[in-house]
Amino acid sequence: MIGVNQVSQMWLGLKQALNLLFSLDQEVYKIIMLSLSVSLTATFISSIIGAPLGIFIGIKNFPFKRILVRLLYTMMSIPPVIAGLVVFLIISRKGPFGYLGLVYTPAAMIIAQSCLITPIIMGIVYNGTKERGSLIKALGKTLGASSGQAMLLLIRELRTNILSAVVTGYGRAVSEVGAVMIVGGNIKGHTRVMTTTIAMLQSMGDYSTAIAIGIVLLGISFLINSILYHFQQGA
Amino acid sequence: MKSWRRKGRVLTLVAVFVVIAVIGCTKPAVAPGHLAEQEKSGKEAGGSLIMATTTSTENSGLLTFLLPKFKEDTGIDVKVVAVGTGQALKLGEDGEADVLLVHAKSAEEDFVKAGHGLERFDVMYNDFVLIGPEEDPLQIKELAGRDIAAAFQRIYEEKGKFLSRGDDSGTHKAELKLWKEINVEPAGDWYFSVGRGMGEVIQMSDEVRGYSLSDRATYLSMRDKLDLDILVEGDSKLFNQYGVIAVNPNKNDKINKEGAQAFIEWILSEKGQNLIAEFGKVQYGQSLFIPNANK
Repeated sequence: MIGVNQVSQMWLGLKQALNLLFSLDQEVYKIIMLSLSVSLTATFISSIIGAPLGIFIGIKNFPFKRILVRLLYTMMSIPPVIAGLVVFLIISRKGPFGYLGLVYTPAAMIIAQSCLITPIIMGIVYNGTKERGSLIKALGKTLGASSGQAMLLLIRELRTNILSAVVTGYGRAVSEVGAVMIVGGNIKGHTRVMTTTIAMLQSMGDYSTAIAIGIVLLGISFLINSILYHFQQGA
Repeated sequence: MKSWRRKGRVLTLVAVFVVIAVIGCTKPAVAPGHLAEQEKSGKEAGGSLIMATTTSTENSGLLTFLLPKFKEDTGIDVKVVAVGTGQALKLGEDGEADVLLVHAKSAEEDFVKAGHGLERFDVMYNDFVLIGPEEDPLQIKELAGRDIAAAFQRIYEEKGKFLSRGDDSGTHKAELKLWKEINVEPAGDWYFSVGRGMGEVIQMSDEVRGYSLSDRATYLSMRDKLDLDILVEGDSKLFNQYGVIAVNPNKNDKINKEGAQAFIEWILSEKGQNLIAEFGKVQYGQSLFIPNANK
């Protein structure tokens, strides 16, 4: 009995997903747009910080590099709730940056997600650079490139790796719920994104709408990945 | 030689992971369905019972206080799933819980009428309070006194920040009823619909210096960490009745009917009722829940 019931919930969810998308429900679009803008902004910031640092660690040798890399790998698996909690404590009213009034705003969500995915992008770029970086750089040098040109060559040759780092980072950002729930607060019309909506609907027992939003989330990820995949192939 | 040693190392590592995985899987980390089956076999020793209840009973510490004593008396171990009243009823409807302890009387009566539960009993009540920043920018405490409708009216007119549970819970329903009584459709920049549990909403009210409707117990259990005060209390409209319902055992064969019955009898008994009245007196100087079973 129950098994059938739960599966029918999922079918209902699928139907409802299509309904949600085509009914042009203002609230749903607002949620989707906020999800995208927050996660894309966080991915952008993290890429700008993470990718160059990843390359730098990959090609340069310096003291304590090994311990730094190990720390980096650890940071890659930081639980979103912890990232969220730390950011919350820093920006909350009684925290050191409380005066900025950032708590429960989209900006806070962007900060939390950036903290979460910068190490991921950095780590993946570092891995790609470590394997091929010095080789490409040496090749550039033999062909008579200046160090600036060698750097450009490096970025061009590593673009596939950097892109997949960005895609992975985005995927993690858009799908996490723990951090944005804590720093954003899931306020309707202000900071409610797809994942917090899903968590909330689940807690309200509205499983089919939760599944519907989940399907929308997957559909959007598919779209974004397709676009990035296209870039990757074309390059 | 060297590659051999490396292979050996990799193999050891793989072996360690496999062992960890096997241990992890064989330990009682089984799916809830299996859990219920295990409970059946262990019923002579009391077995266990799944209770779906609201966040307010869990967050306030009432269950942590009552359940060990229930176990002492009956040997039954109660597993608590604390969610909003909406989801608690849904869990009962799906047969995922054995007994419900919730506070939305009309929804509970519908639940029993629809055949999802056997019978509903009054257990106890607590009350809602309007909480807000201790500096009280709208001077609600002075101007509204005990009148919750006047307080809501003033918040609406002055567009004071108000945080709503927004999660279809019993507390949320009570709040919506209060808005309806003064013919206000709560929406706008001043009204934050949060969709989270009571503890989180109180925490957020503290953070944004807003007003909120809370049950007394959850607020009191968090009071020390907050700069929030009770601004309105004691209005009869703020009364919050809890009921207990055994889930219809015909839902599936895993429902612990005897356990549910034992719990209901226990909590409605003189001992259960006295314990409810006792709870909170030491820590807060007042009862958080007032027993009112009429058995």
